[in-house]
Amino acid sequence: MTTNTATTQDGASDFDARVDGQRLMKAWYAGLDDANARGAHVANVFVMGNAVEILRAFDFELVFPEINSLQTGVRKASEEYIRLSEDYGMSPDVCSYVKADVGLILKEQKHPAGQIPKADIAIASNMCSTFIKWAEIWERMLGTPAFVLDLPGQRSAGFEVRQGDAQHAADSRWVEAQFRDLIEKCEKLTGKRLDLDKLAEILDRVNKMVAHWNAVMELNRACPAPFNAMLDGLTYIGIMNVYRGTDEGVEYMKNLEASLRARVARGEGRVENERFRLLFSGTPCYVSMRRLVELFESWGGVFVYSDYLTFAAGGMDAGELVYDTSRPLESLAEITTLAAQRGLSNQFFAHERLAKQIREYAVDGIVFHGIKSCRFVSSGMADTRDYLGSRLDAPSLYIESDLIDPRYWSDAQIKNRVDAFFETLERRVGGAPMENQPAAQRRRSLL
Amino acid sequence: MRQCVGGVDVGSTQTKAVILDEEAKVIGRALLDMETSMKTIAEDAFRLALADAGLVEADVVRVAGTGYGRYNVSFGHEQVTEITCHARGAVALFPGTRTVIDIGGQDTKAIAVKPDGQVGDFTMNDKCAAGTGRFLGAASYALEMPLSELGPLALKSQRPVRITTTCTVFAESEIISHLSKGILAEDVLMGVHQAITSRCVSLARRVGIHPEVTFTGGVSRNVAMVRLIEESVGYKINVSPDAHFCGALGAALFAHDKVFGQKVA
Repeated sequence: MTTNTATTQDGASDFDARVDGQRLMKAWYAGLDDANARGAHVANVFVMGNAVEILRAFDFELVFPEINSLQTGVRKASEEYIRLSEDYGMSPDVCSYVKADVGLILKEQKHPAGQIPKADIAIASNMCSTFIKWAEIWERMLGTPAFVLDLPGQRSAGFEVRQGDAQHAADSRWVEAQFRDLIEKCEKLTGKRLDLDKLAEILDRVNKMVAHWNAVMELNRACPAPFNAMLDGLTYIGIMNVYRGTDEGVEYMKNLEASLRARVARGEGRVENERFRLLFSGTPCYVSMRRLVELFESWGGVFVYSDYLTFAAGGMDAGELVYDTSRPLESLAEITTLAAQRGLSNQFFAHERLAKQIREYAVDGIVFHGIKSCRFVSSGMADTRDYLGSRLDAPSLYIESDLIDPRYWSDAQIKNRVDAFFETLERRVGGAPMENQPAAQRRRSLL
Repeated sequence: MRQCVGGVDVGSTQTKAVILDEEAKVIGRALLDMETSMKTIAEDAFRLALADAGLVEADVVRVAGTGYGRYNVSFGHEQVTEITCHARGAVALFPGTRTVIDIGGQDTKAIAVKPDGQVGDFTMNDKCAAGTGRFLGAASYALEMPLSELGPLALKSQRPVRITTTCTVFAESEIISHLSKGILAEDVLMGVHQAITSRCVSLARRVGIHPEVTFTGGVSRNVAMVRLIEESVGYKINVSPDAHFCGALGAALFAHDKVFGQKVA
């Protein structure tokens, strides 16, 4: 497997998506490590519906507790944190992200990546019902005041708010009013006034990042796919969230797009002999991420798209969502409204979006990953699976484990299911899976 | 020189082996309880099946392994999951099979079979032995009664009790609790069988239950389970005397395909 490298203008081939991504994540944690000592203002935010642009305009250091929790899983330390919270009295059924975070609090904010600062404010929203309870825990255990955004979601199947229509205008005003409240709170906390020019610059950088992001997602429609949407995609989305609206974020995404474009031009795929193109639905299992990917890639299966890359990005994969920097606050509210709706509907009305992605990415099969400690993401999977199977004859696999709780990972059982899934896919060759030929017979390029 | 093939199904509680002749007819079988070494038990089962067929090792040109321990069939030429093998075996035994319900020692699986005999979808119990043969094992232990006697006794029940726990570990204490209240063993046992049926039929509904339904795995030898599943789906289901060997049969058929270059059943 080759690495994602890009050649810069001076000819130096010095970009590596994974290495540079890790470097940036390390730098972010280093900035958090001494944030309280430096007297920096700190905000806890979630990856969905977070008003990061406003917080950046006030120079808040941003803590992403979900990323902290998943990092305990990636670093094989999650069980220790989860057990601490269960000893404290939390049920095994509670979201393992929350439990790892409560474990972090009980360990006086000592994380495998460094010291996590105490936050001055926490931004929660209704993008996940657990966010609000989680913020309450911070209020109770750490005294961190919570600010909860109420973001309108999709009201029913087939209902879609479109940019500029009356419902969108009303929803946007509702969100903008909440942003104004938040700005007032931030001004009191920091003693600074909101600088609208600075906010506009941040939005402009987000626009650039999103443009690159959209291009990166589209590049994986190529056969063979240049990256694994679950494994590599995790690095990309981490940078998109943590460095949203920053120069480093723009630079990373620009280099990423260039490196992937070059790989596609060279005909290089994530797996050497791509045989099956897969779509991953749900949240990954971070504690056994590499193993999970290995189970699929050993069969020549590559995840060409993951809907996690939509909902954990708050809907930023949509090309039409571009901030109007001439009216930054209003535009931020308008786009947040649309992105929130997209992020929420992606979880509750996933079938049509998945059907579209199956076509666009020439997918051979879908893998649903149910999360033991997250009914929010997992509960609709049976319906979606049934829809895709009965309407599109799309082969799918359902496996279940957890976000970061290693106790729910059963290697023999999961391997058994994955192998059986591929045996089925293999035997479908000749009959056409969905509308497609198997990947090996439908090489194509986007260039 | 013979060109026979073999299939070895190394399951969680038992290992099964079958030998097929050149016409894909079963000519040898072996069934062994699990021991510590999966590798040894796979070899032992294969040798016993050879002896049953009156063959020597050189008569068998290809072997396929299946089951959780399929990679322990070190003398095997290929490994295929038991999901694919049970579907293949069930269709070979009953060509009209559209749904396979397989209840083994620690596993229950439901497989939707497409009209062309391929696996359409499947579902299995997940990290929990409720609804599997292990549930019957707990009853056998609590009642101090061999597994083979559980089904016939359960069918004598007039007033089955409801077993509320879904946990196999707690099932044993619930059974003992019912017995200590003076409830008849057959009524408790029928409750146990109903609980397993409820779990496995619910599992099967996830992939859709379409006739013909073929019941495979060791638990298919239990007469009460067969009757309860039939009552639940509303029609007769297929059970073969070879149902216990269905996974091994499927594996052997895949080996046969490779040797003779075509699908025979």
